[in-house]
Amino acid sequence: MHVINKALQIVDDDWQLVADEADLPAGAVIISVARWRKERDLLLVRSGKLGLKVSGDTPLTDIAGDLQHFPLIALEFPKFGDGRCFSQARLLRERHGYTGELRAVGDVQRDQLYFMRRCGIDSFAVRADKDIEDALNAFKEFTVRYQPAGDDAQPIYRYR
Amino acid sequence: MGVGWAMYRYDHYDQIIVNERVAQFRDQTRRYLAKELTDDEFRPLRLRNGLYIQRFAPMLRIAIPYGLLNSKQLRMLAYIGRRYDRGFGHFTTRQNIQFNWPKLETVPDILAHLASVQMHAIQTSGNCVRNITADHLAGVAADELEDPRPYAEIARQWSTFHPEFSWLPRKFKIAFSGATEDRAAVQWHDIGLYLVKNAAGEIGFKVLVGGGMGRTPIIGVVIREFLEKKYLLSYLEAILRIYNLEGRRDNIHKARIKILVRALGTEKFRARVEEEFARIKDNVILDQKEIDRVKAFFAPPAYDPTASQDQSFDQHRNGNPLFNTWVKRNTRAHKVAGYRVVFLSLKAPTVAPGDVTSDQMDAIADLADRYNFGEIRATHDQNLLFSDVRQGDLYALWKELQKLNLATPNIGTLTDMICCPGLDFCSLANASSISIAKQINEKFTDLDYLYDLGEIQLKMSGCMNACGHHHAGHIGILGVDKSGQEYYQLTLGGSPGNDAALGDRLGPSVAKAEVANVIGRLIDVFVENREGEERFIDCYRRIGMAPFKMRVYGGNVEEEKEAA
Repeated sequence: MHVINKALQIVDDDWQLVADEADLPAGAVIISVARWRKERDLLLVRSGKLGLKVSGDTPLTDIAGDLQHFPLIALEFPKFGDGRCFSQARLLRERHGYTGELRAVGDVQRDQLYFMRRCGIDSFAVRADKDIEDALNAFKEFTVRYQPAGDDAQPIYRYR
Repeated sequence: MGVGWAMYRYDHYDQIIVNERVAQFRDQTRRYLAKELTDDEFRPLRLRNGLYIQRFAPMLRIAIPYGLLNSKQLRMLAYIGRRYDRGFGHFTTRQNIQFNWPKLETVPDILAHLASVQMHAIQTSGNCVRNITADHLAGVAADELEDPRPYAEIARQWSTFHPEFSWLPRKFKIAFSGATEDRAAVQWHDIGLYLVKNAAGEIGFKVLVGGGMGRTPIIGVVIREFLEKKYLLSYLEAILRIYNLEGRRDNIHKARIKILVRALGTEKFRARVEEEFARIKDNVILDQKEIDRVKAFFAPPAYDPTASQDQSFDQHRNGNPLFNTWVKRNTRAHKVAGYRVVFLSLKAPTVAPGDVTSDQMDAIADLADRYNFGEIRATHDQNLLFSDVRQGDLYALWKELQKLNLATPNIGTLTDMICCPGLDFCSLANASSISIAKQINEKFTDLDYLYDLGEIQLKMSGCMNACGHHHAGHIGILGVDKSGQEYYQLTLGGSPGNDAALGDRLGPSVAKAEVANVIGRLIDVFVENREGEERFIDCYRRIGMAPFKMRVYGGNVEEEKEAA
């Protein structure tokens, strides 16, 4: 599978999203919060990398103390218009100090990517049926930002 | 742009953003037409650009921030109406304008034309922060503490393409007022902001949240009595974050912030917002320098210090009763001596409320240049307004407006109705609105009678989305569908102002042909019970629903179940 990475390159990716009931394969896996709670001790002694899947419903305070175990957090966008994870991304970065990879998964399409990146998301699993090359254009569309968000933008009036 | 316009003017940053938006939307349209985007995928993209697919054609809604236009912009709207539409546009209750017939493929070109005069259609629909509205008398009203428009502009910029809040559970409307009298229906907004003075004499904002019309009409509640100006944007951010995370997304009819506020209760919602605000308040300080920069754009125009010495105004008033009537009805006091505020009535009896032709737009732009420092305002009750006319120019202006059919002296009367496009244009509507407006105009033709009735706010929506603000009408009319027939549900006692109130249901809905007659009976009850110069709404509040109900339905009120 291909994803867009932090440097806005299209790269091969070996993270595997694993369903709760499925056996864990070798290698880098992304698991649910429920599985993390249930199998925490086992998971911590496992050798492969761990990623955590977070949705708009996940109370971040529940996982805030565990973030150091996850080099990747997958933020789930269940459908295009569900914008909760834009806030979740900012809170993970700005409030909980998460510095690992924040990946958008689910109904991820070109026209959200610029906003996602501004909220601190830095990898993008574009929907498989969409043209990932085309999606890269999203990052070139705007060169001016009015407001600060999860990026380094200052309010526009500080530049005026 | 020209000198003299007391309005915000884009700098190169603002211009780059609208130009880049045009290019972005052009590409989105291309991808849709090339079938790279499905209908469902294109819908949220076009909606946040104000583009609806309506009953007969697309409808494009163009933003007019807080209702303020200059003559050059109005001429461009006239041109767009002529070239891409059928030669007219429709002003809305969000102080915007809509075109009902543009072709989808031409919309990117229309946006490019708009960008050339510092206009756009950004966030005029969709589940995002919509066009921000303000008091239409901002800057000229005697009862104003401070002009709210600089803050509306600052909030407009902050909310434009806000990356976190562009995919909210539902649409989000913000309004500002800086005056004693609320002319902006502030309490009916998702967030309403009043400029107020605290005990220490500082000016800041009183913040309301959770107002809204639609299927579940609710009046906003105060969540903060005083907010320092420097925290305006961080407080907005705190409210929107709580809403974005906790607002319902499972049911479109329960997704507005009003439902969240009601579900949590005001105190709990306030606690959530205040907790969030406490954590982020210093992240986005609104600098005084920026406030001053934006304020400078709205500095008063160069008023003629000799304006009040004019004698001709009184002479014309005394000599011409028609002119005098128009002055009484369609103009208002101005804070500067010798000037008046002039309403251009878009409620002529034979015209759909809020509609203006391209020829009228061009003529209005010329008149604005001649008499009003080149400025035009759109009001939330679907009229236009010249804010700064010398009294000595009023007679000549009136003559010109008469020729243009824009001088119907009915502002504030029963026929100055708010009316949505209804079933004639809108694919959401259950019933026609424009034909009801026509019916009412045909019944109430006697202007002297209308004047005797005093202020009556009649507001009409063709469906429960309430674009015509029927909940806030002294008399509200809601179109409903009853087994394929158009019926109309009436409400009494609503108000948009300081005394904001939700109208009470009169009784079973009435047949289309009966609406004006029923209103006639309501007016009769009012006239028979009225004390002195009492307004309709005050009379209703005093005597209650029973006499109105009795007159309309007799003793036999058969209640029925309705979706309304």
